[in-house]
Amino acid sequence: MALSWLLLILLALAVIGYFAGRSRALASADGDARALHSLPSYYGYNVALTALIPALGILIIWLLAQPLIVENTVSGMIPDTAISEGSDRGLVMSEVRRVAYGLDGAIASGLLSEAQARNADADVQALTQSLKDAGQVLTQDISKPILLAAQKYRGITSTGSIAMQMAVLIVALVGAALAYIRTHKEFRARNVVEQGILALLLLAASIAILTTVGIVLSMLFETMNFFQLHSWKDFFLGSTWAPNFRGGSELSILPLLWGTLYISLVALLVAVPVGLFAAIYLSEYATGATRSIAKPLLEILAGIPTIVYGLFALLTVGPALVSLFGDGGALGLGWMASSNAVLTAGLVMGIMLIPFVSSLSDDIINAVPQSMRDGSLGLGATKSETVRQVVLPAALPGIVGAILLAASRAIGETMIVVMAAGAIAKFSGNPFEAMTTITTRIVSQLTGDTDFASPETLVAFALGLTLFIITLGLNIFALYIVRKYREQYE
Amino acid sequence: MNDMTRVERTVDSKAIKIAANDVQVHYGDTHAIKDVNVEIEDKTVTAFIGPSGCGKSTFLRCLNRMNDTIDICRVTGDILLDGEDIYDKRVDPVQLRAKVGMVFQKPNPFPKSIYDNVAYGPRIHGLAKNKAELDELVEKSLRRGAIWDEVKDRLDAPGTGLSGGQQQRLCIARAVATEPEVLLMDEPCSALDPIATAQVEELIDDLRKRYSVVIVTHSMQQAARVSQKTAFFHLGNLVEFGETGQIFTNPEDPRTESYITGRIG
Ligand SMILES: Nc1ncnc2c1ncn2[C@@H]1O[C@H](COP(=O)(O)OP(=O)(O)OP(=O)(O)O)[C@@H](O)[C@H]1O
Ligand SMILES: [Mg+2]
Repeated sequence: MALSWLLLILLALAVIGYFAGRSRALASADGDARALHSLPSYYGYNVALTALIPALGILIIWLLAQPLIVENTVSGMIPDTAISEGSDRGLVMSEVRRVAYGLDGAIASGLLSEAQARNADADVQALTQSLKDAGQVLTQDISKPILLAAQKYRGITSTGSIAMQMAVLIVALVGAALAYIRTHKEFRARNVVEQGILALLLLAASIAILTTVGIVLSMLFETMNFFQLHSWKDFFLGSTWAPNFRGGSELSILPLLWGTLYISLVALLVAVPVGLFAAIYLSEYATGATRSIAKPLLEILAGIPTIVYGLFALLTVGPALVSLFGDGGALGLGWMASSNAVLTAGLVMGIMLIPFVSSLSDDIINAVPQSMRDGSLGLGATKSETVRQVVLPAALPGIVGAILLAASRAIGETMIVVMAAGAIAKFSGNPFEAMTTITTRIVSQLTGDTDFASPETLVAFALGLTLFIITLGLNIFALYIVRKYREQYE
Repeated sequence: MNDMTRVERTVDSKAIKIAANDVQVHYGDTHAIKDVNVEIEDKTVTAFIGPSGCGKSTFLRCLNRMNDTIDICRVTGDILLDGEDIYDKRVDPVQLRAKVGMVFQKPNPFPKSIYDNVAYGPRIHGLAKNKAELDELVEKSLRRGAIWDEVKDRLDAPGTGLSGGQQQRLCIARAVATEPEVLLMDEPCSALDPIATAQVEELIDDLRKRYSVVIVTHSMQQAARVSQKTAFFHLGNLVEFGETGQIFTNPEDPRTESYITGRIG
């Protein structure tokens, strides 16, 4: 039975439970809704939620836990002899998984019967052939231990799913039955439903948090693998980024971090003044009509995919800058050799961030009470004096927060820098030179033929985790600043 | 009624500071002020009284063009300050507001220190030559706002951290610091205790020596105590305007009489 059917059954059970609970409550009060403790619908919701929530909870936990357990059991079955030279248990396990899915696929397309798939003494060659006939992807011929493991894998998985379905349905039925029996006119269904809703909200929140934790953990494990293969000293303290797939790479984050921060700085130098001034114009000076046209126009910028900004940088801004600063350019300076440069990427990224800064700042400036402006204007201050000395200071914590958020977006931005920043990792203060960032290196280390056992590939995870920690730190700092100033002003 | 005769009434007529002729104010479709004519004398306290929503604040805000900040607000008619139309194109509303200061109905201190709040106007208009002069001006203004003793040890604390009544007195000090010629006060005492109220009234009486003061109030006693002239507004109309003693003892219009005796409003 597929998961969707299970969910549909649960839903149907909840709906039936709702009506059953509702009518039982009404019946217990001889049809007089006023004699009930809560509104009749609350009794219905009570039954529905008691059936649904624990069942869903179990379903989620089971779905998360089962693959881990199956993986562990099956990988224990594979004898060391089955793992060939140069390979490892992880690779063999992925082969096992592939065979298991292959068998599933072959059965689904009718080329194999369930009994044939389960036959432990099956002819390995014939089986390989029939899987290939069924169009399943296999990287090598199936060996005996792998077949056994795959069969075991399928076995546990299918028993597991059946057990899961049983468990979920039983929990749902028991829940519904208990709630139904408890339904009586004295029963405080309203209060119980309140708790049920709390549980539902908690469930949603914990899914979000668990995913985040999962992402961090998966990065963490790969990062630890990386540090077993490569010294952390070189990563954090080295000065050269020179990956070499034949080994002996120097993989230091520092030149990449420098490039990232430099480009982000250029971007912020563009985005913060322009965005902030645009926000001030829109919120303080523009008339209602101008505002209603200009604001959506500005926000269109925010809707442009970053790849389009990348193209804009590559085809328009870069060449334009070269024709200004390059050899034989309009200024006759000869500073800029190629259109891939810190300045190109920074400028375009800055343009991308303008609507981000301006719409956040606009909201923040609008939140400054009008009475504050009146106070200043009433003392004979001009509009710009009022903005500078009263409105902006009052809005400052929020604006700083907006800028830090923009900074963390700039640091994590990928597409524009991939296309416009270049690929040379170095320490240099010259904005006309090409430089590279953490994000572009992650992309380049993971594209093409990758071997997940080499430090040159795994370094991507260490880079990603470092990037994550930097942006997280920045966001926490932004929140801290906002809070600190807010206390001071209230 | 003793209250009302206590303040010495100066009968000799003074120079006209502000003259309003046929002033109409619309907020979009709402006609908030209808055909108001009034003459506000120099070195006089004028009280605006009337039921809530009758347009006192609206009219007060016309006198220093604060209504300009409200998009939907339209003012017609003329208002002359020292004989010059303040709604004339050549008049700079910023300059005007420095001359015609305002204390708002709701206290609105800036999110700055108490000192910076009071020093705001003088700094903008360059009223102090140096730090010592500014210090002196700030202290004098805070004393006139009857709040100096409470804040003298914490001039660096944020003005928004004061109590509501203290904030209002801070706003009064802030307005006084700019040395306006006319001071418009919109219910300045509505958040104050009797002692602070008495101090503010003393300040108003003191300001009268040099400036013209317009005060909106809901307290008949206050109007009677501090003002020489009183204007009674009702539903956007100026119903009656005259000597305070006259208005409170012998009103001409039946609506005025009903209001001050507590029957409407
Ligand atoms: N910003 C505004 N936009 C639209 N209408 C307004 C605005 N301000 C005031 N009004 C309207 O103008 C009329 C007069 O309001 P105003 O604030 O002048 O009354 P008030 O006499 O000061 O009352 P109160 O004693 O309660 O302060 C009211 O009907 C009010 O609804
Ligand atoms: Mg008012």
